Amino acid sequence: MHRAGPAKPDVGRIMSTRADSLPPGEAAPPLLQLVDLRMHFPITRGVVFQRQVGAVRAVDGVSLEVRRGETLGLVGESGCGKTTIGRCIVRLYEPTGGQILIDGRDVAHVGGREMRPLRRRVQMIFQDPYSSLNPRMTVRQTLEEPLATHGLAVGREARRARVDELLGLVGLNPAFADRYPHEFSGGQRQRIGFARALAVEPDFVVCDEPVSALDVSIQAQVLNLLRRLQRQLGLTYLFIAHDLAVVRHISDRVAVMYLGKIVEVAPRAALYGRPLHPYTRALLSAVPVPDPELEARRERIVLRGDVPSPANPPSGCRFHPRCPWATELCAREEPKLEASDDAEQRVACHYWREIQAGQAMREPAVA
Amino acid sequence: MAATLTAGRVVAPREPHGALVFVRRVLETRLVGTGLVISAIVVLCAIFAPLISPYDPNLQDYEALTEAPSWAHLLGTDDIGRDVLSRVIYGSRISLEVGVITVVISLTIGVTLGLVSGYFGGWVDDVIMRVVDAIQAFPGLILALAISAALGPAIGNVMIAIGVVAAPGIARLTRGQALSMRERDFVAAARVIGVSPLAIMFRHIWPNVTAPIVVQTSLLMANAILTEAGLSFLGVGVQPPTPSWGSMLQTGRQYLETAPWISLAPGTAIFLTVLAFNFVGDGLRRALDPRLSSRRRG
Amino acid sequence: MREYVLRRLAQMVPVLAIVSVLAFGLLYILPGDPAIAMLGENAGNRQTYEALRRDLGLDQPLYVQYLTWLGKVVHGDLGKSIRTNEQVFDILIRRAPISIYLGFCGMLVGIAIGLTVAIISALRPGSKVDSIATVLALAGVASPSFFQALVMMYVLAVVLRWLPPSGFTSPFQDPVQSLKLVIMPAIVLGTHAAAVIMRQGRSALVEVLEQDYITTARAKGLREKLVIGRHALKNAMIPLATILGLQVGTLIAGSVITETIFAIPGVGRAAVDAIFFRDYPVLQGAILMFTLAVLLANLATDIVYAYLDPRIRYR
Repeated sequence: MHRAGPAKPDVGRIMSTRADSLPPGEAAPPLLQLVDLRMHFPITRGVVFQRQVGAVRAVDGVSLEVRRGETLGLVGESGCGKTTIGRCIVRLYEPTGGQILIDGRDVAHVGGREMRPLRRRVQMIFQDPYSSLNPRMTVRQTLEEPLATHGLAVGREARRARVDELLGLVGLNPAFADRYPHEFSGGQRQRIGFARALAVEPDFVVCDEPVSALDVSIQAQVLNLLRRLQRQLGLTYLFIAHDLAVVRHISDRVAVMYLGKIVEVAPRAALYGRPLHPYTRALLSAVPVPDPELEARRERIVLRGDVPSPANPPSGCRFHPRCPWATELCAREEPKLEASDDAEQRVACHYWREIQAGQAMREPAVA
Repeated sequence: MAATLTAGRVVAPREPHGALVFVRRVLETRLVGTGLVISAIVVLCAIFAPLISPYDPNLQDYEALTEAPSWAHLLGTDDIGRDVLSRVIYGSRISLEVGVITVVISLTIGVTLGLVSGYFGGWVDDVIMRVVDAIQAFPGLILALAISAALGPAIGNVMIAIGVVAAPGIARLTRGQALSMRERDFVAAARVIGVSPLAIMFRHIWPNVTAPIVVQTSLLMANAILTEAGLSFLGVGVQPPTPSWGSMLQTGRQYLETAPWISLAPGTAIFLTVLAFNFVGDGLRRALDPRLSSRRRG
Repeated sequence: MREYVLRRLAQMVPVLAIVSVLAFGLLYILPGDPAIAMLGENAGNRQTYEALRRDLGLDQPLYVQYLTWLGKVVHGDLGKSIRTNEQVFDILIRRAPISIYLGFCGMLVGIAIGLTVAIISALRPGSKVDSIATVLALAGVASPSFFQALVMMYVLAVVLRWLPPSGFTSPFQDPVQSLKLVIMPAIVLGTHAAAVIMRQGRSALVEVLEQDYITTARAKGLREKLVIGRHALKNAMIPLATILGLQVGTLIAGSVITETIFAIPGVGRAAVDAIFFRDYPVLQGAILMFTLAVLLANLATDIVYAYLDPRIRYR
């Protein structure tokens, strides 16, 4: 897909027809594909010369795909590697191994100059509203920078118009364009960050916990904005978060990560309704349900122990030390991510069928 | 300006912004005001020295040796009949000249090294920092002393010496700032947008780094003036007959009991000037302190 | 922890190397030919001059001279004073304790004044006392030590005749006289340190006092003295410790002027004299000694800081 230079003058005009013709979930070629992605950060030791003695395996063989027009939620605990995946996709890091395919093209090791035009396709919005905007630049300057970098909306008038348009898109009054970030609230700053990402007319936006730092009521507003603009502009999202309720609100499909690996991927309804992986089940069982009777009846799966260090992951299935259903096979052999009965739902567990049927032996819960 | 409602969202009323607020905040303390006034006086003295000085600073009046302050000579005369007041006024030229040029030298060296070191990191950072450490290990005055002595006691060498001595501090400061800026999300965002590294350094890192450096500038000047005076006092700075406050103190030392004004005048001048610059520097620091700005809101 | 110390020591090595090169090289640009200076009147004699040059190794290429010099230094041979023909090492060793004593007194004065004012100031932020203290601190930093020294000498020694003007007596010989002689230089030396401690101590303390655990301690009914002594000060000590360590360099620099004015036979004075008499070996030795002192002080500060604040160890 090639973008012409001049900006689109028409607010609300749908930027792509793909989202129209192919509803999310249908067999369209994936916009983004991760193939066995690895990101290892070296641990060095040494008094004079640092030598590598190990690595933090933040992302350790992740294969994912995100289809055009959909929102893939990516959840997991802190430190599971989800943010790292996001940063790899936008090439803030160069991956240690694996491929990152955007529309079939591998960008994992593309150099600086080549990377530039690719940047128009993939953008990112950040978690912290207080540090994601340059405090010394006005909103207008912040939004004009991407335009100038890629030669969009050339000419003062065109630029001005485009900035105003972008602000309008995210629900901010263009009259405030000449103010500084500190004059805005957290939610407003996130909108500005979003406008900045949209300035280059991307297809794909990595949302790195964009609402985690906001008050709950503001969270809803921002999430709704994300959804509205997705429909309006035909965007595709990778939504990274640790809050399952938020992810449920916005995602079409959800992937669950643990210690650098994907343990389950499923469409939203399937994941929340019929979780297969023990980890997913444990996570969901911890989310309170606003129905006291149901809440009292639900089974609570409490995990033993702490998350192991990503520098030294457990053998076999990484989850086995904490899994209530773990057997000796789990400690030996790492389960592959395989389709369950429903092709859309994939899970990496040796015993998912047994657990589902209620036939697996389980450690007594400590709760 | 009243708060405006837009699509259900309220933005705080527009705070008076920009240079005016900054100046006002700087002037908040009476101290800073005093500092600015005194600095202004010193600067004016330096610029208009020939006009306001009652006598030629090198004119020796053998009829009036070591005279106490009188109407003819407001601050008295020194041991070879020169008017002390005139020498003090002319001395301000030396002090300010040294101050300004020294600051320029140390900023140039220090900021460059700091930015490069901080942004690129890696072995570049290591090497530069080791050299900076080494220079800093020499106690300031002693290094300046040695350099001055080595290059010869001339005002140019004094400025180079002090400039080199002060550069490591600036380099450290700039580097620290650059390092912390590099990790900020807005810098990452700029990279994701595709902004070139050069543009990132100048548009994003540099403007957020200038604030502490500006504060340091005033203090650097104060220090430079102090060090120059010290060097002249020890004899390796400005040479006679050029009137430098430091060398005047050196001469006056012998006459401490008999003619204290020869030392008191330049000494007080040094003290007040340096104090003034310190006040200004302090005021700048407070004005630029992010904690005191309206950032506390939202 | 041990690895941190080792790492810091290893980092010191390249710094020391550069310092030694600088110290060595500095003398190379100093004007005057050391051989001529040493020979004095006999410099006219060509043969003796050349012989001395060979003797001193001045005819060798630079890097050879550097390495020879370095080799000797490591063994403690810092050469001989051109002026008195004594071993430089002996001269410095004799004078070092005096400078250390003076520096120590200066530091004491600095801490005593600085900390007291810092505490008073921090307890009443924004008050008149605080403002006065701020002005005092700024004045202390601004005051040229030589001027201050001259003024004090004039007032206390000449006009009031309370103290002797200059000189030095070891405390082991005559404690009273020694005390009288060391008061003025210690105050002059300590002023700058006091000013810095006042400013930084105050801001560190103010920050600590704003913490919740202080409010809790007070709410529990703990006496104010204990609140400050047991809780506030200990936490404020961490940044203060670093500052103290870094003041060593300033004290050393200040000692040069103070010793010169008060005629105290310390290392600083030796350095100044060495410059004027072109006594290079002494100057080199003094510079090396100073730098080593500063580097060691920085190392000690870093270690103490790492000990107090474990997060630093992973840098």
